[in-house]
Amino acid sequence: MSDPMRIRAQAAGDKATVRVLMSHEMETGQRKDAAGKVIPAWYIQEVTASHNGKVVLTAQWGTSISKNPFLQFNIKGAKAGDKVSIAWVDNHGDRRSDEATVA
Amino acid sequence: MKRFVQAALGALVAGGVALVATAQTKSTADGIAEYRRMLEDGNPAELFEAKGEALWKQPRGPKQATLEACDLGKGPGVVQGAWVELPRWFADTGRVQDLESRLLTCMQTLQGFDAAALAKTPFGQGEMHTLEALAAWISGESRGLKFALPQAHPQERRMYELGRRAFYFRGGPMDFACATCHGEPGKRIRLQDLPDLRGNPGNGVGFAAWPAYRVSSGEMWSLQHRLNDCYRQQRFPYPGYASEVTIALGVFMGVNARGSESIAPALKR
Amino acid sequence: MRHFTAHPATPSPAQRRVNRAPLPSRREMLRRSAAVAALLAGAGALPEVAQAAYAQAAFEAKSLADVIKALGVSAPVAHPGLLLTAPDIAENGAVVPVGCSTTLGGVKRLLIAVDKNPSTLCAAFELSDAVEASLNTRIKMAQSSNVYAIAILVDGKVLFAQKEVKVTLGGCGG
Repeated sequence: MSDPMRIRAQAAGDKATVRVLMSHEMETGQRKDAAGKVIPAWYIQEVTASHNGKVVLTAQWGTSISKNPFLQFNIKGAKAGDKVSIAWVDNHGDRRSDEATVA
Repeated sequence: MKRFVQAALGALVAGGVALVATAQTKSTADGIAEYRRMLEDGNPAELFEAKGEALWKQPRGPKQATLEACDLGKGPGVVQGAWVELPRWFADTGRVQDLESRLLTCMQTLQGFDAAALAKTPFGQGEMHTLEALAAWISGESRGLKFALPQAHPQERRMYELGRRAFYFRGGPMDFACATCHGEPGKRIRLQDLPDLRGNPGNGVGFAAWPAYRVSSGEMWSLQHRLNDCYRQQRFPYPGYASEVTIALGVFMGVNARGSESIAPALKR
Repeated sequence: MRHFTAHPATPSPAQRRVNRAPLPSRREMLRRSAAVAALLAGAGALPEVAQAAYAQAAFEAKSLADVIKALGVSAPVAHPGLLLTAPDIAENGAVVPVGCSTTLGGVKRLLIAVDKNPSTLCAAFELSDAVEASLNTRIKMAQSSNVYAIAILVDGKVLFAQKEVKVTLGGCGG
């Protein structure tokens, strides 16, 4: 249902920089539609990042994170060929998980 | 003295000249430039590029066919380099077409969609999402290439002239033309510099900066979408999606931009 | 807790909302569990990267002081070792790039907050030892405001850095 994330993981020295673009409306619940009705809040609440299957970073997000969220972080000791996976859960209970290989 | 300095700063900002930043008095132009630089890495347009590539290769429509045989001007299925040569004349339809118009043709002939119905779909609905994603990917496949629109065919030259006239045509309740905003150097609306589109405004500017992801709405905008919004701002009735006059404006701007680099899909306010 | 009956297929979002309806006190349950989790987390009693219950109260707080109170951590102290990067001016408040990083050790959590946002707390990151205390994301800003990076250390210390970001009302172009 949701579009795939764009995950780029680049190894450099003793770490890998991971950049993620997620496809999500991140609706704050503050906006109104053309008819004046409030557009309900719809946003990613939890993000989990794993390296070779082990959780390395988790996050809780509120409605103040931008639409089509961007996240960048560094995994210590990650090498080319390692697997990075990102998962999110939103306030509807919808979820998505995508994986990338460290370059 | 202060007013003189402010006026001078304002004039420089309007002229797009970057001032040397000091610790305390970084100019607004520098501040905006820094903001844009911070967003360069990780353009959400990439999400649409990925979507567009998938849609190109996916069997869709009543004929359940892909778009991989679509001719964008360089032969069936050739996507790299096609964007910087559009709009151009096509023998199979006998007319000059821009990217969106050509995609409508291919979606109809290859996939069985009703092109007229697609063109009537409001932006942000239905197959408009498909067209925006395809435009993002196809333009991205020409990233960094220089515009090289052909003008060999008499129809291409006719469309350039039509586009030029449309560019200068004043109308609507505010008597605006494209040239009102884009017919002089150094103009801006609040913080947005308005490129002079009578000639070549340079690499990655104007025609070379669309399609783009607009952060203000979180939407991917193709050039047709951008032109639609220009007409809305001028309080002109919209000429119609992929209509002749919008294609003509594309020819005018694209030919003027020949030699400049495309940065599409770009990032915009 | 909720009892799950066997469903032939994954419930749709609409169905999930209906499923949640018969529990009027769920909000309160979440609030209490979030508060307990926050207290435990603050005391270092939770495993490093346990995904605690969603900190609803903290995300509903409308000021930095209320965010801190909802998280149950000590009052933050400014520290030059905690770096917050953000533009001086944001051309559009819908997307403001911010980064927070520090080379200080023992950082368990990194938070980003915006004073004048309807929801002050933007994000709360739980870091394991496997990631650097260095993150970048993009936030929405309702208006020109102070942006805060907050670091919660293993020993319970809470540090902050702040920067004022001006949000301009951009033009019609672009």
